[in-house]
Amino acid sequence: MMENFREKIDAIVVGAGPAGISAALTIKRGGKNVVVLERAETAGQKNMFGGAVYLNSIKSILPNSYNTAPYERFMTNHTYSFLTDEETVNISAASKNETTATVFRPKFDKWLVEEAKKEGVFIAPRTLVKKLIYKNGNVTGVQTEQEKFFAPVVILADGVNSLLAKQIGLRSEFFPKDMVLSVKETLKLDKKVMEERFQLDEGSKEGAMYEFFGGLSEMRIVKKNKKRLITPFAIGFLYTFKDSISIGLGVSLEDLANYKMKPYELLEKFKSHKHVAKLIKGAEAQEYSAHLIPEFGYNNLPRLYANGVMVVGDAAGLVNSAHFEGTNFAIESGKLAGETAVIAINLKNARHNILKIYEEKLKKSFVLKDLKSYRNVVEKLYSRKKSILHYYPKKMAELFETVTCVDNIPKKRKFRAFAGKIFFERSITELFRDFKAFLKLFFDIMF
Amino acid sequence: MDIEKKLINVKYKTDDKPHLILNQEICKVCEDKVCLTVCPANVYKQAVSGENTNEDTKKDDTIECIEVEYENCLECGACRISCPYGAIEWKYPAAGCGAAYKFS
Repeated sequence: MMENFREKIDAIVVGAGPAGISAALTIKRGGKNVVVLERAETAGQKNMFGGAVYLNSIKSILPNSYNTAPYERFMTNHTYSFLTDEETVNISAASKNETTATVFRPKFDKWLVEEAKKEGVFIAPRTLVKKLIYKNGNVTGVQTEQEKFFAPVVILADGVNSLLAKQIGLRSEFFPKDMVLSVKETLKLDKKVMEERFQLDEGSKEGAMYEFFGGLSEMRIVKKNKKRLITPFAIGFLYTFKDSISIGLGVSLEDLANYKMKPYELLEKFKSHKHVAKLIKGAEAQEYSAHLIPEFGYNNLPRLYANGVMVVGDAAGLVNSAHFEGTNFAIESGKLAGETAVIAINLKNARHNILKIYEEKLKKSFVLKDLKSYRNVVEKLYSRKKSILHYYPKKMAELFETVTCVDNIPKKRKFRAFAGKIFFERSITELFRDFKAFLKLFFDIMF
Repeated sequence: MDIEKKLINVKYKTDDKPHLILNQEICKVCEDKVCLTVCPANVYKQAVSGENTNEDTKKDDTIECIEVEYENCLECGACRISCPYGAIEWKYPAAGCGAAYKFS
């Protein structure tokens, strides 16, 4: 498969996702020969995400992408939906923003690959890297199922499970708390029905996305012969595509393991929520998919480089799950690793002291700045999951009810009763802990 | 809707060789069996196999272990990370094999 590639290889990229392609494009543009190895038949077939990419991020590597990328719909309508068992409180914004667009990864990643090929990046699909070739403390190449390839720089863009980063000790073993499992279904829905349901202009590329909090709280489980009420840490999402929608859940792997819950059963329960069911009514199953999201964050980042090797994208755990961001971090980290690779190749030195430039660049970019300021978000939200996914959605619904319900009770009495409940219906410690977590995150992010 | 119905829409190209190999000796004595629940494709199933080799009990009890339907694997990696005993040897299917999404 590599017979066509006669020239000397300057860099090998493992994985043809957004991080890998971004790295490869940058290296090629720096005048170096680069080969991307991809295990799937075509790029993107192994990839899954909620549904949307960020246009500014894609423009940063492909300026003319607006008209050529396979964007399905632009996320002009954004809703935060807070669910209790029975009620829903939505916070929605409709705009003209064309900064976020849904894509199907198999189409989108394939398009990225085609764009990279046009610029002379060599892509080898159906090529599985079994291990890195590691000699005297240096990564010198890769071993695929069939053959060995050598290059001064190897970039690992091999995704969330990055077995290769593990092989050479760049990261330690993962634990369930490090991961969220995302399961989703793509459902076919008539265009007209979708436009009406989500208030999208007829025939336009307007689209809607939802983030759901709650709706799966206070579930009954039996653990060690004891009945318990638990709230799994799960956030729901919905995205609209041209004529289909995706509906899914990101669930803490730790909770799935601890509570012995099946992810697809949780998804079904979520889909059957009164107000979620209305959104997907009449939509027919098109595809089911699952993927891990790395959540270990800034505090547990792997080593991002070593002699002859750099790690980018999901493989390095570069996501900001609080904002559903990942592909933008992948593209930026790929670009910065690519720039560093070009420097190293020119210097004929890809030892760690040179590749450290990659980490320095990452630190100056939004990638590590955001990861740093969000370093405690997942942990804090997890520790307050019952508040976020059960108590406050319930309070929001109650507040709405208090404000809107006309019942011949003086407003003063009603509002006071509502405010009083916040302080007295739970132990005050709970309120204090929520407040403390909020303050911590507020100061982390703002200062 | 059960998981089998969900998986019908996923396109697979099955690898001849399993890419998931369990250390069944561990599985036999494992009480957690987290793999049975975390897997989004229900790849792992409680199975009954083998014979009672214990001459003393003479009972017709069977040895429990886990059946692996690796053909349905979505290659997410949840099982490998969740198994507290590291009993799952988890590899990618051969190049070009395994699940191939179209609308993910």
